[in-house]
Amino acid sequence: MLSSNTFVDPGKMKDYHYTGPVEHRFSPYSFNGGTVLAVAGEDFAIVASDTRLSEGYSIHSRDSPKCYKLTDTTVIGCSGFHGDCLTLTKIIDARLKMYKHSNNKTMTSGAIAAMLSTILYGRRFFPYYVYNIIGGLDEHGKGAVYSFDPVGSYQRDTYKAGGSASAMLQPLLDNQIGFKNMEGVQHVPLTKDKAVQLVKDVFISAAERDVYTGDALRVCIVTKEGISEQTVPLRKD
Amino acid sequence: MSLYPQVWFLRTCNRDGGVSIDLNHGTTTLAFKFKYGVIVAVDSRASAGRYLASNDVNKVIEINPYLLGTMSGSAADGQYWERLLAKECRLYRLRSNHRISVAAASKLLCNMMLGYRGMGLFMGSMICGWDKEAGRMFSTGCGSSYAYGVVDSGYRKDMAVEGRSTVSPLWFPSSRQQHPSHIVSVMYHMQQDGWIKVCKDDVSELIHRYRKGMF
Repeated sequence: MLSSNTFVDPGKMKDYHYTGPVEHRFSPYSFNGGTVLAVAGEDFAIVASDTRLSEGYSIHSRDSPKCYKLTDTTVIGCSGFHGDCLTLTKIIDARLKMYKHSNNKTMTSGAIAAMLSTILYGRRFFPYYVYNIIGGLDEHGKGAVYSFDPVGSYQRDTYKAGGSASAMLQPLLDNQIGFKNMEGVQHVPLTKDKAVQLVKDVFISAAERDVYTGDALRVCIVTKEGISEQTVPLRKD
Repeated sequence: MSLYPQVWFLRTCNRDGGVSIDLNHGTTTLAFKFKYGVIVAVDSRASAGRYLASNDVNKVIEINPYLLGTMSGSAADGQYWERLLAKECRLYRLRSNHRISVAAASKLLCNMMLGYRGMGLFMGSMICGWDKEAGRMFSTGCGSSYAYGVVDSGYRKDMAVEGRSTVSPLWFPSSRQQHPSHIVSVMYHMQQDGWIKVCKDDVSELIHRYRKGMF
């Protein structure tokens, strides 16, 4: 969709007087908002995203979740430019099928992460404008989270937030899950129920302060029994 | 001066109120040779624009048991090209039935980069290893000037193995940069029979160990 470059750097006042002819270039990218979060536990992983799809000051949809199920043990969350999210998930699905047909087994979470890194780097000079986070179980049944940048640099984490409210959520997760910047606290391991409650609370906070996050929250919980989903309403304004 | 399309395209998308595509960057890496081998030390920070994307990135790639590659600059470029280098080193070993030399491995990486010259890849990388030829000392990344200062003040070619950890604390460049906190410093020691991972320390704790005599 054509992006209208009628606003300059955020923070700078817009010029309302005529400055002369301005060339509006076509931009192949657009920012559709949304926040994604993933947490890995001892034997579970949680991937959560809000469901708002926006552009500028408009909302395209209030029910567009950003988590996509890849295998029985892996879920990916993609936020950024929705067009690239859709194409990227189609490509990943196709590559998963190809792997299944040639190797007669399902891809593990670590393998999907390594593959996604090369898919993203293949477009190093015209990147997919997508911030990905993969959550799932590794071959040993332990929770795993892999976070990416738009051109494929990745690493395994315990928890990660991505998307428009990531800078607000990440410090909160550092504190509550990583026990960072606190003194004299007992490091209790995270249980599944406590993690789900924390994710819901954290998104409610994000919806209060970030305009691109809201409407509803979709939580996918990955355990060895399978993937279960919950939907929680968030602020609609 | 005209730029390659690969470079100006992202730049034009990122300005003028358009989108903001920030890629992960790394900071400081250091390596030096001494009597008992080579020490390689890296920090673990990755920033994307003004946001700190991560405090525990792995910036050393273990190519094989006797070769290490460090990464600074763009995180994706470093990970991708050094992983490709590891594949090429393995193929070389299988085809020619002897280990690739460190000089040849670094030349392979250099020639891979040369094909993309001017297109905006940015990597500061050191290939460290042990073979029949000699090694040297290098430091790359935005903390490198501070790292050079510390190493120059404490470096002696014949220092003992215990001395290595007091000379290459990366806490110094980390604490002098803008936002020092919870950065992990990872150190490897390259010996004749391969590398060993020495330690992985939180920088904010190291500063207490070394503060005597510092101020």
